[in-house]
Amino acid sequence: MLIEHSETILAVRDLTASVNGIPILNGLNLEVKAGEVHAIMGRNGSGKSTFSKVLAGHPDYEVTGGTLTYLGQDLLGMAPEQRAQAGLFLAFQYPLEIPGVSNLDFLRLACNSRRRYLGLSELDPLDFDDFIQAKLEIVEIDPAFLQRSVNEGFSGGEKKRNEILQMALLEPRLGVLDEIDSGLDIDALRIVAKGVNTLASPQNSTIVITHYQRLLDYILPDYVHVMEAGKITITGDRSLALELEERGYAWTEDAPEPLEIA
Amino acid sequence: MSSPVSTLVNQPYKYGFVTDIESDTIPRGLSEDVIRLISAKKQEPEFLLEFRLRAYRQWLQMSPPTWQSVTYPPINYQDIIYYSAPKQVAKKKGLEEVDPELLSTFEKLGIPLSEQKRLANVAVDAIFDSVSVATTFKEKLAEQGVIFCSISEAVREYPDLIKKYLGTVVPSADNYYAALNSAVFTDGSFVYIPRDTVCPMELSTYFRINNGDTGQFERTLIVADCGSQVSYLEGCTAPMYDTNQLHAAVVELVALDHAQIKYSTVQNWYAGDAQGRGGIYNFVTKRGLCQGVNSKISWTQVETGSAITWKYPSCVLVGEGSVGEFYSVALTNHYQQADTGTKMVHVGPNTRSTIVSKGISAGHSRNSYRGLVKMGPKARGARNYSQCDSMLIGHEAQANTFPYIQVQHPQARVEHEASTSKIGEDQLFYFQQRGIPLEEAVSLMISGFCRDVFNQLPMEFAVEADRLLGLKLEGSVG
Repeated sequence: MLIEHSETILAVRDLTASVNGIPILNGLNLEVKAGEVHAIMGRNGSGKSTFSKVLAGHPDYEVTGGTLTYLGQDLLGMAPEQRAQAGLFLAFQYPLEIPGVSNLDFLRLACNSRRRYLGLSELDPLDFDDFIQAKLEIVEIDPAFLQRSVNEGFSGGEKKRNEILQMALLEPRLGVLDEIDSGLDIDALRIVAKGVNTLASPQNSTIVITHYQRLLDYILPDYVHVMEAGKITITGDRSLALELEERGYAWTEDAPEPLEIA
Repeated sequence: MSSPVSTLVNQPYKYGFVTDIESDTIPRGLSEDVIRLISAKKQEPEFLLEFRLRAYRQWLQMSPPTWQSVTYPPINYQDIIYYSAPKQVAKKKGLEEVDPELLSTFEKLGIPLSEQKRLANVAVDAIFDSVSVATTFKEKLAEQGVIFCSISEAVREYPDLIKKYLGTVVPSADNYYAALNSAVFTDGSFVYIPRDTVCPMELSTYFRINNGDTGQFERTLIVADCGSQVSYLEGCTAPMYDTNQLHAAVVELVALDHAQIKYSTVQNWYAGDAQGRGGIYNFVTKRGLCQGVNSKISWTQVETGSAITWKYPSCVLVGEGSVGEFYSVALTNHYQQADTGTKMVHVGPNTRSTIVSKGISAGHSRNSYRGLVKMGPKARGARNYSQCDSMLIGHEAQANTFPYIQVQHPQARVEHEASTSKIGEDQLFYFQQRGIPLEEAVSLMISGFCRDVFNQLPMEFAVEADRLLGLKLEGSVG
């Protein structure tokens, strides 16, 4: 939703970043305000996932220039866990399996680290049990699933739903969903999208990274950006996504930068 | 390796200090004369000197084992000091006579010995270099007929028990290091639990190597008479030196009919520095004999220290229906090497054994599980279950599993399961992205991995073990 004069959640200016010395992001600019949903599309290797990792502070990704401002704070000076505690959430394209650590313990620790940051009281195991029940319904997850090890032996759809469950628990200001639709059948996609939409609010914003316009039938973006060679080359509204689907990414290459289609 | 994980400061070894104390130390080197000298210093009866000399002569004929998956330069046995004792410490009547320097050493190690401060329900035998300096709660235990004292004292006070059991589980020529130990052992603990007695408190021995050139050769013997039960815990630390020190201990356990012995170890010898300099060579023979019917011996070990660990706490299951258990966590970091595991020798019918081994290797370390399960010709209906899991941290660490299985009875059953997993940078990043800091992430994963073993430790030590592993791994991921 577009809200006038709303707070800037994320401001990215001329961001450059590399992995193992190879430049991937080449001057990326983006501004995300409270209440907005942004979709970033682009083909493989255009730098979409790199951008999400840089936002979250993955140690393998080195920022070589530009600025990243989140809620007025310099993100680059913050450790990954500090970014998370401050409400920056990344739903992983490939959520990791953590054998031996129960999903319930993991979720409670994560939730309490965020609550500490917000100055809220921490939840003990009993309180947390009550707290999580309502959240489970959002993503239609069976409570038995909490007793298993984190993501271990989960199906692709279960892993993605677990990501959205975490998002529901952490109530982030900025949710970055990296290819949340990959590997999902249509029913799982619907559940995941419903979860994302339920959690949307005028205070929060979402960045959806995807290849396919299909997801955008369920999660309606306010802006669609096309990424090419490490920067955003075209920005438009939902119709841009439909056009991409029809014409493929090839036509965007001819576009002079940065093209605004509104 | 530029990740923030590797920049986490490595927790320095907390117990690396040296106590400045005057010692009675004999010259370096080993000979029959040295053995006679040790025996004389300890005022031992003739039978024990004979035992030592026989072992020494056998040792001279033996050569060090080479089958283990560890490498180190040959040890010069003539360069080791075989006896070093803090002066004026012999035959203390009460703690008030013990050198305050020693008391404060143990207090620093978290083992307060004084009346007011000592652990409420744990009796402690504190061993410093070659001698036992104090044993707490002796009188209280004696009320129940439980004997808990240093082995030197037991040799003098209870020679019949020593004569009857010493060397019966680990014969003096059992292996190279056991033979060496039998020749030169200096101190250790002795426990005897009388018939039908449940030992009223945890018994614990704390070993401290202080002198830089001294080898520690302790000897522990625990005898649980028919229907008795005891839980025993062993802890160990050493100062940091650039040179390697040898620790070659022998532990013998005997369980008679229906008796139960639970033996737990939290081993935190100095492991050497991050480049692999210094540290203890921990070459230890531990074996329990389930002699009686339905007897039970359970080993739990948390091995975190030592430059090299060579250790296989074993059970010989003779009595019908006897039970052997081995629960182990072995953690290696930097250049540590561990070759550890167990032997379960099923002699009698319907004997059962369980092996749960968790190996964690980080840095450039090498961590091997080596285990033997043997079902003898009379082991009708015997069963074993083994589970060996390895966890790798980083890219340079090594984990090996060497299970040996010998079955000589058609109705014996052996099961073996194994797995290998890895703590990856990405898993840790996943935790961090959920607001959970690195240290907490590593320790959560490690405790999850080790839970089956930690559950076997006495409560307060389980918490300690959990914390210890967390500390040892700081800075190891990257």
